Amino acid sequence: MPKDYLKNANDRYDVVVIGSGLGGLTTANVLAREGRSVLLLEQHYKLGGMATWFKRPGGKIFDISLHGFPYGMVKSCRRYWSKEIADSIIQLEHIRFDNPMFSLTTTFNRVDFTKLLTSEFQIPESTVNEFFDTARGMNFYDDQSLNTGQLFEKFFPGRQDVVRLLMEPITYANGSTLEDPAITYGIVFSNFMSKGVFTFKGGTDQLIKSMENEMKSNGVDICIRANVEKINCQGGRIRSVTVNGREIQADVVVSNANLRATIFHMIGEEYFDSSFVDQAKDVRLNNSSTQVYMSMKPGETVDPSTGDLLFSSTANEFKTELLLSRDITSRTFSFYYPDLRPNRENRQLIVSSTNANYEDWSGLSEDEYLASKQDLIETTFDALEKYVPNCRERTDHAEVATPLTFEHYTKHIDGSSFGTKFEGLAVSRALPQQISGLYHAGSCGIIMSGWLGTINYGVIVANDVDNYLISRSTDKPTSTTV
Amino acid sequence: MAPEEIRTAILEILEDIAPDEDLTALKDDVSFRDQMELDSMDFLDIVMELRKRYKVQIPEEEYGELASMDSTVNYLTPKMADISA
Repeated sequence: MPKDYLKNANDRYDVVVIGSGLGGLTTANVLAREGRSVLLLEQHYKLGGMATWFKRPGGKIFDISLHGFPYGMVKSCRRYWSKEIADSIIQLEHIRFDNPMFSLTTTFNRVDFTKLLTSEFQIPESTVNEFFDTARGMNFYDDQSLNTGQLFEKFFPGRQDVVRLLMEPITYANGSTLEDPAITYGIVFSNFMSKGVFTFKGGTDQLIKSMENEMKSNGVDICIRANVEKINCQGGRIRSVTVNGREIQADVVVSNANLRATIFHMIGEEYFDSSFVDQAKDVRLNNSSTQVYMSMKPGETVDPSTGDLLFSSTANEFKTELLLSRDITSRTFSFYYPDLRPNRENRQLIVSSTNANYEDWSGLSEDEYLASKQDLIETTFDALEKYVPNCRERTDHAEVATPLTFEHYTKHIDGSSFGTKFEGLAVSRALPQQISGLYHAGSCGIIMSGWLGTINYGVIVANDVDNYLISRSTDKPTSTTV
Repeated sequence: MAPEEIRTAILEILEDIAPDEDLTALKDDVSFRDQMELDSMDFLDIVMELRKRYKVQIPEEEYGELASMDSTVNYLTPKMADISA
């Protein structure tokens, strides 16, 4: 008989959370702390979604998306998780850029950016301040017709180099481009760039382990390898989920799965208004990624001045098409130094990330696919050589993740690494008006993407769910008399 | 709860949400945002704490009522009149 991964699950819950990305984990934890009965279902064999890691022989642990997140994580982790988790957050102090336009290292905060923009880039301080204040003052209800490229053009006309400095890291962090609404940039930028870039000491594995322990102590039931086939509704309300062939009742379902997969695969468009279906069909997914994971031989290290995050490019200009192109010119190198995991013997690891289009990888024959992966490894070593001399000889392991790899492990449509484009947020927020008790908390709309974005969105949705459950219980007849 | 008790309840919540802020000099007629480093998640936390501690529900369209101590107390006084301190 196959193993029953649902043996710990009851037949009924207040809330079933589908997916254990940081958004799903946070929703589950906050609602359990409010006293709700919560079941967390994850289709993969480990928790974390894109906040994940993998192990390779010889004690190597590769992080997928750990470097780096904004300072706001400290507060969000302290408040919605635990002090222990918040206390493990440390700053990445060497954020480096190297491209044909400029080469510099920054601590990545407003003070340092102002200094660089006025001295190295010769921008008047008043313009810099005005730009930062404008970005900071942006909010969700502002005009959405202005795009990020136009915002830059307004403040720094013709200055591709400034655009590159201010935009490249955001593209790495959440997949956004110059064509996205300016408010997405404003909101993310003021979160991201005011106080530097941070990471989690102990690695992603320890973070997720701590979160799992916290959830368990708050009473969340957790099942892995639990694949939700269907979200069932009746009379415009959530009734249950079907998972691994078993039906589990729930008042509320929070999907941390891909937004479009939730609507079209798990529920089915016949349960929604046709105008909502049209709106949902128009939601564009964000791009996917490729990554190359490299492990240096035992004892080999990289000098910390090489950087924690290195935005490198050989392209003469900064363009969305170039960033996504198979002909890679831009790579973000994350240097994971051995002291990241202080309690174990660790290797010097380097991860190269590049945004990528799913279609560029999905149509290949198996031979072409393998050859493309090998080519990606070789060209990545070529690019890394400038920063880590003799890197090929000093490395004993290299492997590749493509958009197909991300699709395989996360089940995200087209391997999307950053959820949806901006319009996805309105669709995500409107789900409960379509089906009572149905919510989505996951990367979407750019501003709710990335580690901090998705954690905070998880909290926002948990608040909505708790409100709904309270009003639902007061709607019910309070006595049994008819 | 009387207005003064509601004020104390809000102060207790703010102390938990923003432990690094000095609240002794808080001006009730000036917006919280102008005196403290509060972001939109902090306001959401105030809403969640009010619900958890006092079972007060605040609809999203009325979050703006929580701008300053005065406006918050005015807004909550009828909602919390029946709650014992």
